[in-house]
Amino acid sequence: MTGLDELYREVILDHYRNPRKQGSLRGDHIHAEGSNPSCGDEFLLDVAITDGVVSDAAMRGHGCSISQASGSMMMDKIVGMPIDDVREIVHKFKVMMSIEEGENPVDPDRPGSVLGDLEALQGVRKFPVRIKCADLAWTTLTDALDQATA
Amino acid sequence: MTDLRALRSDFPILEREINEHQLVYLDSAATTQKPRSVLDAMDDYYRLHNANVHRGAHTLAGEATQMYEDARVTVARFIGAEAGQLVFNRGTTSAINHIAYGWGLNHLKPGNKIIVTIMEHHANIVPWQLVAKHTGAELVYLELSGDYTVDTTTLDNVLSNNVKVIAFSGMSNVTGALGPIDELSQAARSIGALSVMDGAQLVPHTPVDVSKLDVDFVAFSAHKMLGPTGIGALWGRPERLEEMEPTEGGGEMINTVGRHESTWAPVPHKFEAGTPPIAEAIGFGAAVEYLEAVGMDAIEAHERALTAYALEQLAEIPDLTIHGPMDVELRGGSVSFELGDVHPHDIATILDQDGIAVRAGHHCAKPLMKYLDIPATARASFYLYNVPEEVDALVESLHKARKLFGLT
Repeated sequence: MTGLDELYREVILDHYRNPRKQGSLRGDHIHAEGSNPSCGDEFLLDVAITDGVVSDAAMRGHGCSISQASGSMMMDKIVGMPIDDVREIVHKFKVMMSIEEGENPVDPDRPGSVLGDLEALQGVRKFPVRIKCADLAWTTLTDALDQATA
Repeated sequence: MTDLRALRSDFPILEREINEHQLVYLDSAATTQKPRSVLDAMDDYYRLHNANVHRGAHTLAGEATQMYEDARVTVARFIGAEAGQLVFNRGTTSAINHIAYGWGLNHLKPGNKIIVTIMEHHANIVPWQLVAKHTGAELVYLELSGDYTVDTTTLDNVLSNNVKVIAFSGMSNVTGALGPIDELSQAARSIGALSVMDGAQLVPHTPVDVSKLDVDFVAFSAHKMLGPTGIGALWGRPERLEEMEPTEGGGEMINTVGRHESTWAPVPHKFEAGTPPIAEAIGFGAAVEYLEAVGMDAIEAHERALTAYALEQLAEIPDLTIHGPMDVELRGGSVSFELGDVHPHDIATILDQDGIAVRAGHHCAKPLMKYLDIPATARASFYLYNVPEEVDALVESLHKARKLFGLT
């Protein structure tokens, strides 16, 4: 695969074109907003938390395929998950993307076994200027979780 | 097309390969590449003449001062001005901030209005917002016509004795549209308001003679016209320069300094506190000499032909929308576009894989992007060293982007 094919995997374009959990939540929820001022990408996130579990989430905003697909895949992953597990996923994702220190959690012999579709975003690592695009949703999520547990 | 192809060998960076392709540099609206003569002039200064300017009695100080002041004469001549009317500073942003604070703070009052256009770069909006906050003045925007040029038909509705400043771009860094320079500067003059032209995009690409304009201030940056970063110029009409207060105090800008008060050096030195960017000024002078040797008329003709070719080729790509005038008489060589639902950042990444450098994003013009209701554009921008084959490479790579994103 060339670098570009690795970057723009089919699953990424699918999430970009058909983002999951678009919209906003009604009822009790936490709201967080993230943006990359240098490029204008925006990510708006609603997260509902019931008994320590992410019971629902919704996203909206605009940006490149990487930022929007990363957000959409994140939504797929975190709904139904206890907050502590979500934090663990955030950490694993950031390690995979070389944003945080640690040993890459992804098992190359069993693609998708650790982070599911999100592993398709590994190709972004070869494009250092785009890592911040993939990270936008996750930084926004961390902000929301910090609000929830403050 | 005026053939400036031979000039390409003057720019060492154009020989570089990026991602195994020869560099196609289409980002000159952000910053331009530098010819060898500019690099050599700066290197020569540091190797042979380096000293601080002014007041030095030793030989090197004399040489450095002479070179710095010669650069001022050269840059002033380039725009038809006298050296004494030309202030060196860090660039266009710095110059407009200087006008906003140095003039605006002392002349604006609550209820006064500052007219700007919606196509301004943040550098010609935010300083005015800051000063408006200090003084109680208010920003008023001129919007655009259907062809992306500034709509001046509403000007009469907003002109009044309360308007104290009209600030506008000579050429948009996003759409490439030329500003209504004469109309706005004459309107300003008719009501005694200050007119300020952001010349960052215009001066590098078009012959500008301030002696034939009604504008009070023109600001521009060296790095957008083959010179180094870190230096720019502010030209002002002498009486306007006299009305302006210094915004920075320190060495170089004083006449006498007492314990409690000081008097200023004459213009332009009173606006140049501290040790100036000496090598950069010398590089700026060398850049201007290079442009003069090629000839601004030839550069303008070359870019106009290249832009016409690019507009024609880009318009044939399915799903591609150009945001800017299609008439090359109304515009310069900054071409902003969208390609279906392929986000501009993705376009830029895909093009970069073919060695093509374009810019993507809001181009520091968020009010314009919001007005046009687009979050971002990709922008290809041209200069004297670009050739039609580079437009072909751009078009070919855009087809690749379409394919990768499954556009049919």
